[in-house]
Amino acid sequence: MTGFALGSRVRVRAFYPPGHLRVPSYARGKTGTIERVCGTFENPERLAYGKSGDPRMLYRVRFAQSDLFDTPHASDTIDIEIYDHWLEAV
Amino acid sequence: MSDDHDHPHDQDEHPQTYHERLSIALFELLVEKGIVSAADVQAEISAMEGRTPDRAAQLVAHAWCDPAFKARLLADGSAAMREFGIDPGTMHLVVVEDTLETHNVIVCTLCSCYPRMLLGVPPGWYKSRAYRARVVREPRTVLAEFGLAIPDDVTVRVHDSTADMRYMVLPLRPPQTDGWSEGKLAALVTRDAMIGTAMVRDAALT
Repeated sequence: MTGFALGSRVRVRAFYPPGHLRVPSYARGKTGTIERVCGTFENPERLAYGKSGDPRMLYRVRFAQSDLFDTPHASDTIDIEIYDHWLEAV
Repeated sequence: MSDDHDHPHDQDEHPQTYHERLSIALFELLVEKGIVSAADVQAEISAMEGRTPDRAAQLVAHAWCDPAFKARLLADGSAAMREFGIDPGTMHLVVVEDTLETHNVIVCTLCSCYPRMLLGVPPGWYKSRAYRARVVREPRTVLAEFGLAIPDDVTVRVHDSTADMRYMVLPLRPPQTDGWSEGKLAALVTRDAMIGTAMVRDAALT
């Protein structure tokens, strides 16, 4: 798994498996920009089931509000923490 | 479990849910096996409920008065918290700064993540479905309902605490507070200003 650089464009996987997930459905399939690299954390989607943590790189991804919801405010944003296995380079 | 057990649950006003029963059973097993004591759990609950936003308000006032500290706070919130004498525990704090061009607001749409080590117990509305669902979809409308009108030329940044980070807003220092002591400034800083649903009021209005 290669890392994403600050400022690079990424798309959130449009993936809808059952279970404990930490990616809000409103962001799936959407494209944003890496705002911050948070570091390596254990994957809560595995920890929730008592499995080993499988450390993952965590990013903050900044989305334009208007790419996610209907809004006339072009500059407004939503920042979301997303693990690397949910992201793909655009 | 014994009939005379003493544990820190309220007298429920509704039938216990599955998860309430599960948590009580887990708690009682941990006590029976000697892994924790009821007193330990009660002490932790008291500590949680005893945390108030007061220390966070002092942290904000200190950041307003000390630009080097502010820079450290924005670079690594937990380290700056520790430096200021507040124990972050395992919390990874991200501090987001309001400016004249940008207003920040915090939410956890998936559950109710909140920087408890810094701000204490979250307000009920923060955990409500209405706030969590709406503030990402229509932040300006929600903020207006809190009495906060955001001008069109100010960018609103919503921060959704979906994973391991916890957030605090560093609000704008109000005008007409030059030369104020940190203590006097801290008294202006409210919990809601550090969540982003309020601004620190102009000193002239207080």
